[in-house]
Amino acid sequence: MVDVAPKLSVRDLTVRYGDKTALDGISLDVLPNEIFGIIGPANSGKTSFLRALNRMEEFDTNMTVEGEILFEGQDITAVRNVYALRRKVGVVFPLPVGLPMSIYENVAFAPKLAGIKKKAQLDEIVERCLTRAALWDEVKDRLNALGSLLSGGQQQRLTIARALSQDPELLLLDEFSIAVDPVTTMRIEDVLKELKDEITIVLVTNLVQQARRLADRTAFFLESELVEIAPTEDLFTGTVKDQRTRDYVEGRFG
Amino acid sequence: MSMFARTALDQQNRRVEWLVKTLFLMMTVLLIVPVVLIMGILIQRGAPVLSWGFLTEVPTNGMTAGGIFTALIGTVWIVTVALIASVPIGVAAAVYLSEYAPDNWLTRAINLAIINLAGVPSIVHALFGLGAFVVFFGFGRSILAASLTLAVMTLPIVIVATRESLQAVPHAFREACWNMGATRWQTIRKVVLPNSISGILTGVILEVSRTAGETAPIMFTGAAAFLPFLPQGVLDQTMAMSLHLYVVSTQVPNVPEALPFGVALVLISMVLVMNATSIAFRVYLRNKRKW
Repeated sequence: MVDVAPKLSVRDLTVRYGDKTALDGISLDVLPNEIFGIIGPANSGKTSFLRALNRMEEFDTNMTVEGEILFEGQDITAVRNVYALRRKVGVVFPLPVGLPMSIYENVAFAPKLAGIKKKAQLDEIVERCLTRAALWDEVKDRLNALGSLLSGGQQQRLTIARALSQDPELLLLDEFSIAVDPVTTMRIEDVLKELKDEITIVLVTNLVQQARRLADRTAFFLESELVEIAPTEDLFTGTVKDQRTRDYVEGRFG
Repeated sequence: MSMFARTALDQQNRRVEWLVKTLFLMMTVLLIVPVVLIMGILIQRGAPVLSWGFLTEVPTNGMTAGGIFTALIGTVWIVTVALIASVPIGVAAAVYLSEYAPDNWLTRAINLAIINLAGVPSIVHALFGLGAFVVFFGFGRSILAASLTLAVMTLPIVIVATRESLQAVPHAFREACWNMGATRWQTIRKVVLPNSISGILTGVILEVSRTAGETAPIMFTGAAAFLPFLPQGVLDQTMAMSLHLYVVSTQVPNVPEALPFGVALVLISMVLVMNATSIAFRVYLRNKRKW
């Protein structure tokens, strides 16, 4: 594991909103084709971590980011073309966002932005991404219906299909199952396990058991700091070093 | 006694509740009284002069007979030119303020300026238009000068309505687009504008109503009391419905009593028809797009 070059290498990452510190000097590595879990209570900085990876501070004048984020060795905090960066990084938020356009257009949106114009090629991408997001069978007969009128679980799978449509190398998921029923959650989890072969996934979750089911390694964030990173199974066998991690995993606080 | 029996406090709350509701209902009813009265009187007293000829003939006999054709067409000219000038500026400004502008002193100053612009009395706008467009830019008393004056006056309506409808589009839509690598403009064009178009339209219609009805600003800048012919271009003077109403009501002797009511009725009907059209269009758009 040590001799693999990390996909993502974060050094001394600090995120602030105004004078409030959301993330305080985090350093960690994410390896290629792993599912990297992040757990922690509310306000521990999990979401801020994802936002920094996608350079969302460009759109939030209040947000400042310090430190180094190396994506395949390249420091993205210095990347001028944030649009190219965001195309390589897919994001799924807690609440599903079906854009108010047709299901087809939702998924074809990013490829169109990337300059793909041929209908046949777009058709192929739409079908492939919806299939991978386990939604194709449910919507293939009504691709022209509004994406925003699908049920919550369907919209979340649509959101995942959309994130995949840009052919990302890194997929960031932020508590994706909050607004999704358990059956859909399981379906999406199966999708993620398959996707792992092709892309690297960072999974922020408030469900410790979800991290256990999916993540290869898991980081525990607490009060803007990284407490520790461990192979996920160690969290549950009590072999982690830090008492706070054990307490959180066993539900004694948070 | 049942556990759900009314206590003295419950009784009092009930009375207050009833009183408040009745009071608010009365205020609301009061609101429609002037509207009903205005429309009723206009229809009752103005309807007799209405005819196809009233709409299609020019005024004759010192405006005491004939129709209102020249004024009607003049108002259409003025409103159209004013819209062409103000809608692009207003929408662009609103998009900038809502989607691009950082929250700094300049933005705040601009917002303050917009509020102030909305508060300037129309007679002051009239004098500004006279100085700026008629004299300084040398447009003379013309449709162009009158329309630009009205455009300046009604810009805040378009800007405020547009900005509010842009901000009604959930922020999550924007973030979703940005996360896919869309630029701000791509996001605005594909997602924000298509979903705020009905609100923008409302602003435009409000502006049309206001533009069609204003009298003072155009009196100084391009509307004439009487012209026997139609304008041939934007640098001509023209008659206008609002000024015509003012003139036949107050400036001309021996006008048949029903004539001013007829003019007012046509003016209000124009505005109502435009409002109805926009409402129909908005309902159509809303049924097409939902979230």
